[in-house]
Amino acid sequence: MSSTSAPPDSVKPHLPGETGVWMFIIGDILVFSLLFSVFVYDRSQEVALFVEQQQLLNQTLGLLNTALLLTSSWLVALAVHGARAGQLSRARGCFVVAILCGIGFVAIKYFEWGEKFAADLTIETNNFFMYYYLMTGIHLLHMVIGIGVLVFLWQFVRGMEFDAQGVGVLESGACFWHLVDILWIALFALLYLMR
Amino acid sequence: MAASLQSRVTGIWVGLIVATGLSWQFGHGFGFGEKFHYATAAILIITFVKIRFVFLDFMELRTAPWPLRMAFEVWAVSVCVILIGLYWLGV
Repeated sequence: MSSTSAPPDSVKPHLPGETGVWMFIIGDILVFSLLFSVFVYDRSQEVALFVEQQQLLNQTLGLLNTALLLTSSWLVALAVHGARAGQLSRARGCFVVAILCGIGFVAIKYFEWGEKFAADLTIETNNFFMYYYLMTGIHLLHMVIGIGVLVFLWQFVRGMEFDAQGVGVLESGACFWHLVDILWIALFALLYLMR
Repeated sequence: MAASLQSRVTGIWVGLIVATGLSWQFGHGFGFGEKFHYATAAILIITFVKIRFVFLDFMELRTAPWPLRMAFEVWAVSVCVILIGLYWLGV
């Protein structure tokens, strides 16, 4: 579809994406909110242990992963605006780089976990590492699904039709990826930065 | 229209990166010295401000029906306050 026949990028009040996706996002966010709260409460009961164990995390890799996810989320937002404006090749390019950022995140997490296993720091080591593996593990599952969603959107945009359903699919997938970003923003603060 | 929205999300992305750098500094002793509990409160507030902007500008809740936007605004403030409160139990 050429840019002249595409609809203008819209900012009219609307629900971005499908209702079902928002139900999932709300449920997921509530579950993670509970997990964050339990983590911070348990941390308050064992402050010395959690602070000591936190020093064993690779802070630089945590920061790098945060930058990668923020960048991928920005690219996905650009892709959505671009696709709705009919800039399909630009949107596809943004999706490709966003996917590469996501793969980079997973690769860094694989390396980071490898470092921990090599140092004999496992999910059974103590409460801090139990939460570390639990929360980053669930997030990693979201990442893998999210990368699959981005690959789907990259293909979808190629033959995208600018009806309400097509735009809904695009926005739904993008919102899922932003959810993955949001969860990591919180995890980075809780696991790596809190003192 | 698309160009202005794209430049807006680019500005938000720059802000998110800068905020991440600032919270990183707070997590490593910048600004608060030994008062690390204030640094942690600042880190949590910055975190939920970042999350709010991802909601509003990347997920486009800024132009969503107001009940949905309000629900996420209330969620962000509530969870931030709860986490700071729970953190303070151990100070």
